[in-house]
Amino acid sequence: MKTEPAFFENLLEVALPFAPEVLASLKAGQLVSLSGTLYTGRDQTHRRLCALLDEGQDLPVDLAGQLLYYVGPSPARPGRVIGAAGPTTSYRMDIYTPRLLALGLAATMGKGARCAEVRQAMLAHGAVYLAAIGGAGAFLSKCIKKAELVAFADAGPEALFRFEVEKFPAVVINDLEGRDYYALVAAASRCEK
Amino acid sequence: MREIDSTEIRQVVRDLAIAAAHDLEPDILEALLAARDRETGELAGNILEVLVTNANIASRDRIPVCQDTGTGILFLEVGQEVHIRGDLQEALQEGVMLGYEEGYLRNSVCDPLTRMNTGTNTPAVVHVELVPGDRIAIRFLPKGCGSENMSSLVMLPPAAGTEGVVRHVIDRVLAAGSNPCPPMIVGVGLGGSFEKAALLAKRALLRPVGEKSRREDVAVLEERLLREINAQGQGVHGFGGITTALAVHMEVFPCHIASLPVGINIQCHAHRHKEIVL
Repeated sequence: MKTEPAFFENLLEVALPFAPEVLASLKAGQLVSLSGTLYTGRDQTHRRLCALLDEGQDLPVDLAGQLLYYVGPSPARPGRVIGAAGPTTSYRMDIYTPRLLALGLAATMGKGARCAEVRQAMLAHGAVYLAAIGGAGAFLSKCIKKAELVAFADAGPEALFRFEVEKFPAVVINDLEGRDYYALVAAASRCEK
Repeated sequence: MREIDSTEIRQVVRDLAIAAAHDLEPDILEALLAARDRETGELAGNILEVLVTNANIASRDRIPVCQDTGTGILFLEVGQEVHIRGDLQEALQEGVMLGYEEGYLRNSVCDPLTRMNTGTNTPAVVHVELVPGDRIAIRFLPKGCGSENMSSLVMLPPAAGTEGVVRHVIDRVLAAGSNPCPPMIVGVGLGGSFEKAALLAKRALLRPVGEKSRREDVAVLEERLLREINAQGQGVHGFGGITTALAVHMEVFPCHIASLPVGINIQCHAHRHKEIVL
């Protein structure tokens, strides 16, 4: 059995947060390897961030230019950085996403397709969407070198964390030119029939 | 009459919960390996390779296969000739609670309205059936919700027939897209009543991956559904190829002359399950 997945052979190394020119160069379907800082959040994290915005308060972190990773990690065993930490399904965040994109959020990462409103908002605000490997939480855990709690500790796995990641693999789904990799795959398989 | 202490059951459930989260069973591992070996899509094949590696890392380093360690679903078959000392329901819930705490598993259960996490991953969903004999079979299926959310129940008119069922299942699977972490296992519950169809669909997931129905016409239907789902080309994680589903399992039960209930329970590739017989 191979130990190093071939997935890693042709990844584009990308630093986080994204440099604007790198963000603009990403293409739907491209495999990337992310290193640097990102933030995490899922259902309740989003609900609370938007509740703060409703109240006219500042968010616990400035999301401008950042990547928000949809994940609710499992607890770290003693001496470990984090437990399993793969992506959760993104559509549940769709309702909140345009608002965060308007604040300058540069990228989101999860799994599964985004709705039309989110795709339009990404185009309007110059943001991309990536898919991480769903159901590979143990594997991806190894790419997370540091995990710091930022806010909403009482939300448990739905707290907002800051992760330092190294060579975290992902696939570009929506790029700045409006392409959608899931739609491209679906169109290609229709053509084959 | 055989006696089993509820504390033994508590311990067994704790152990099943921890083992299920970390160690995939041979049925799903073999299905993933077989899918990897025959996959034609390049990215899909590479991701299947990652999933096999992920399973190995999980087991070796005691990191859950997936961070969504699920809602605990327990299926019990209790022999009529067994006497359980103590409170069975309490033992089951405490076993789940202990497993999730001591196994560093994620607490993913909350109040449906307030969304407050219960902090213990309980209550687990428990199904108990009385059967002949003096044994207790316990099956633990931690169910992640990326896949559970893509499940559905519909009451078709009888005139929909087999073709209507096939069309409906394929439509639901395609609509799920990459959300449920394909390659998936599709559990179909056909017939019974409203709640029976849902339960049959979930029970269908307990069958070893790829094992055919014992009813020949149902086995033929399972094979047709699998072939047609995989011919659509969504593939692993929606990235194309020939492996959208690893298996379709269908359980059937007679239903009312006016009805054709169809339950669809989708399971992700991180198909975690553990069984024990006491």
